[in-house]
Amino acid sequence: MEPLHSATHPTPHRPRRPDVVFHIEGVTKVYRMGEVRVHALRGVDLDLYRGELCVLLGASGSGKSTLLNILGGLDTPTAGRVLYGDQDLTAAGEGALTAYRRHHVGFVFQFYNLIPSLTARENVAVVTEIARDPMRPEDALGLVGLGERLDHFPAQLSGGEQQRVAIARAVAKQPQVLLCDEPTGALDSKTGVVVLEVLERVNRELGTTTVVITHNAGIAAMADRVVSLADGRIADVHANAERVAPRELSW
Amino acid sequence: MIRAIDRKLLRELRAMRMQALAIALVIVSGVAIFIMSLSTLDSLYETRERYYRSHHFADVFASLKRAPESLAWRIRRIPGVDKVQTRVVAYVSLDIPDFAEPVSAHLISLPEAGPSLLNRVFLTSGRMPEADRDDEVLISAELAAAHGLGLGDGLRATINGRRERLTIVGLAMSPEYIYQIAPGAMFPDYARYGVLWMGREALAVAYDMDSAFNNVTLTLAPGAGTGTGTGAENVIDRLDTLLAPYGGTGAYAREHQLSHRFLSEELKQQQTIATVFPLIFFGVAAFLLNVVASRLIGLQREQIASLKAFGYSNVDVGVHYAKLVLAIVLLGILGGIGLGVLLGHGMSGLYREFYSFPFMDYVLRPRVIAAAAAVSIAVALLGTLHAVRGAARLPPAQAMRPEPPPVYRATLVERLGLQRWLSQPTRMILRHIERRPLKSLLTTLGIAMACGIMMIGGFQRGAIDHMVGVQFGMSQRADLTATYTEPTSGRSLYSLQSLPGVTLAEGFRSVPVRLRFGHRGYRTTLEGLDPHGRLMRLLDKELAPIVLPPEGVVLSDYLAELLQVRPGDRLVIDVLEGDRRTVQVAVAAIAEQYLGVGAYMRRSALNRLLREGDAISGAHLAVDSPRRGAVYAELKEMPRIAGIIEQTSAIRAFYDTLAQSVLFFTLIATLLGATISFGVVYNSMRIALSERSRELASLRVLGFERGEIAYILLGELALLTLAAIPLGLAIGYGLCAYLAAAFESDLYRIALVLDRGVYAWAALVVILSALASGLMIWRQLGRLDMVAVLKSKE
Ligand SMILES: Nc1ncnc2c1ncn2[C@@H]1O[C@H](COP(=O)(O)OP(=O)(O)OP(=O)(O)O)[C@@H](O)[C@H]1O
Ligand SMILES: [Mg+2]
Repeated sequence: MEPLHSATHPTPHRPRRPDVVFHIEGVTKVYRMGEVRVHALRGVDLDLYRGELCVLLGASGSGKSTLLNILGGLDTPTAGRVLYGDQDLTAAGEGALTAYRRHHVGFVFQFYNLIPSLTARENVAVVTEIARDPMRPEDALGLVGLGERLDHFPAQLSGGEQQRVAIARAVAKQPQVLLCDEPTGALDSKTGVVVLEVLERVNRELGTTTVVITHNAGIAAMADRVVSLADGRIADVHANAERVAPRELSW
Repeated sequence: MIRAIDRKLLRELRAMRMQALAIALVIVSGVAIFIMSLSTLDSLYETRERYYRSHHFADVFASLKRAPESLAWRIRRIPGVDKVQTRVVAYVSLDIPDFAEPVSAHLISLPEAGPSLLNRVFLTSGRMPEADRDDEVLISAELAAAHGLGLGDGLRATINGRRERLTIVGLAMSPEYIYQIAPGAMFPDYARYGVLWMGREALAVAYDMDSAFNNVTLTLAPGAGTGTGTGAENVIDRLDTLLAPYGGTGAYAREHQLSHRFLSEELKQQQTIATVFPLIFFGVAAFLLNVVASRLIGLQREQIASLKAFGYSNVDVGVHYAKLVLAIVLLGILGGIGLGVLLGHGMSGLYREFYSFPFMDYVLRPRVIAAAAAVSIAVALLGTLHAVRGAARLPPAQAMRPEPPPVYRATLVERLGLQRWLSQPTRMILRHIERRPLKSLLTTLGIAMACGIMMIGGFQRGAIDHMVGVQFGMSQRADLTATYTEPTSGRSLYSLQSLPGVTLAEGFRSVPVRLRFGHRGYRTTLEGLDPHGRLMRLLDKELAPIVLPPEGVVLSDYLAELLQVRPGDRLVIDVLEGDRRTVQVAVAAIAEQYLGVGAYMRRSALNRLLREGDAISGAHLAVDSPRRGAVYAELKEMPRIAGIIEQTSAIRAFYDTLAQSVLFFTLIATLLGATISFGVVYNSMRIALSERSRELASLRVLGFERGEIAYILLGELALLTLAAIPLGLAIGYGLCAYLAAAFESDLYRIALVLDRGVYAWAALVVILSALASGLMIWRQLGRLDMVAVLKSKE
């Protein structure tokens, strides 16, 4: 396992709070597709704090997934810096990024992305087997209320159940950050609430810094902070005075 | 505990088990042939080496007329010579009870006391004959088996003109006669040729060889070397000089000893088989693995991305898919080792029957297995390297997005404006083929390889038929060939001619010679024939008879190539008989010959060259078949006749011995060919089905029938299979040509003759195995789940 690179120059022009987990600075991302250049991000500056639940809002194509992928070490920005604690993700190599994902990040994907040939328990085990201090897969599934469905294959689970397996898989390694890309995008509102409750509980009980993407403004009320993206830029950052329980959300 | 990620692999393997099996079978074939040929090769080498060593096989052999035993002392003093064994050897005809046809044998002396220094016999049963008993013999075990003879049985032999009753006291084998073949014959015929051993004293009395010998064998001192251009050549030259005054016919090294040479040729062929065939199989397997792995990885883009998102490294992901490939390869290797050992045992058993070995050590070297495993693993990994590396390198963020839709174009046919005649489904077929030209090409090539391999089995059979038809139907057409004990006046032909039943007798003169041209030389017999003879004719390239010119020699094509001569060149001929003169003769023509390495001239010219009168060494006879038995009986009574070769029985014997191994080989080739073609066709179809199941299910939803969507899928494969057949026939022709060239030796050449049946058979098996896999796909199309396919996210 490679150590992460440390940032060589602490940022000069913005004061940093001690509990900053992510420090995002001037991040742009340009996709080149032949002649066409797509600007997915056009200079994003943002700090994310330890233990907060942050919702990323924005229209389709506004760059939410791109930003999340960069935070998760799945992608690198074209310009700008991303610090994870003291560690510069943008300067990290392939091996360091892999170690970062392995030990620090939990992902929940919009389309669940479970491995169809593995049972619920095994889908979680795929992650816990390479993690440093994981929960038992059974416990992780218990956390999301699926303790009874351990040996079911994804095809035998409903969409909401699959998404909960995906969350169990993401939290089982007890990550510092949990990144969720439209976790309720494919679910009806009732099932969506169940999934959000799980996320909220993990955030509250384990103190995991959580970023949730959605283009459903109704969900925003459950967050500590709501960041709105538009056309690759941050349009608005809004802190909620009080978090609303998912059960009471309406959308 | 199996790790979850490995469990994923196992489940996926089970889901694609038919495909995995089809690929594993191809690997099984390659590994099995590899192990079969190499272990057979090792076994033969090892067994031969052990046999040679334990039974003191000689390095140099020489025959002569008669020399006093005291000469042995001078031979022993030639530098580089180790042990010397003098012998009395005679060529006799046998009379075996209840067997009308002529049987000839070499009668070899056993030393008066103690075991032979060289070429020791291996007693399979019985005891050694007493040195002075002229009625006790050992007979070769093969001859005994062919006639059901055992210890205590009697037989008659014409020994130096006298008919003697002999009693069998033992059955034996000898390293000198592992390949037991009559002089002048091309294939072993255990019923009509054998070897006998008798005490030296008794044999010497019969042939007036008291304190004398007519045959000598020797070993070289360690370090003298046995190859050409080494000490062996020196020893042979010196030996020739020593033996010349005593009628020596020229010494030769082990590598020219008939039995040894045949065996070496066989080993060479095994080596060819061990290299060519596995290469084809491994190539096809690599291609199949590549196709399957690429497809699987393409389907699992998102799974790969999530694995990476969870922290699996590029190496982890690469290893994961490499494991899948390795699991299939391992299955193939294990099966291949099992089958290879089984076939190797069968093959060396066949060899033990075909040749005369007292024992057969089946040798399976660990490094053969290691090499088979290493080669198949290396080839498989190499074949899938691209796909696996693609999976490892897949950037996770990008893999999360579905693959862009494939780019289709209007096909060439359509651009040519032929689309009017093409239905929509046909257009789909053509576009799909054109979109992946390389894959389509490789699929075609794989099927073509199968087709090519299948031709080899049929080719062997056909080539042998042709060879026998030409050699014995058009060239050597005598029913019987009788050889005199020594050259005789041409007038003796009349006594043969006048035998009742003999319709034609043609005399021939044969003399051992060494032919030289530049620095090349070759030892063979020069045969003098009647220019218009009908029983022994030479054929030109077009298989038309050659009229022997008044002067000059005609060489067989292979000999001409060996010596690098063309008509008009002047050859130097060292005569190795009589006054051993050296003459120069022009090459008059080249003759097409599949067996042996002969040189021929007009008999009158040869007689003149040898400065002798009208002499013959033997005669070719045409005999009325009903009277054949009577003619044998008459010939057996003639003391001056040393041996008789019967053509038809020679051919029959040839077919008998060859039939087994050819059948074995044809069976293997067909099975393997079918394996490849099934493997390729089934895998291609299976993958096409998985790639296009959405498309096909959508068509079903739109109201297409099963037959109509099957047409889209199977039509493509049918097209590729049909394209593969002509290509495969061409590849098969090339493979056969390669084998014919690789198997070429001075003993025989395989003519490159492929009749229509061979082509038809290969094409048929390919079509049948394509149909078989088509049927399996048809059944899977019936199970195509429209709802599930359309519901799931691609
Ligand atoms: N790999 C890529 N190649 C080219 N363009 C890309 C790629 N990934 C994203 N884009 C483009 O970048 C822009 C931002 O994409 P992104 O996926 O971040 O949007 P998003 O906010 O997540 O949208 P959605 O809500 O639809 O998921 C879009 O215009 C998209 O087409
Ligand atoms: Mg998105």
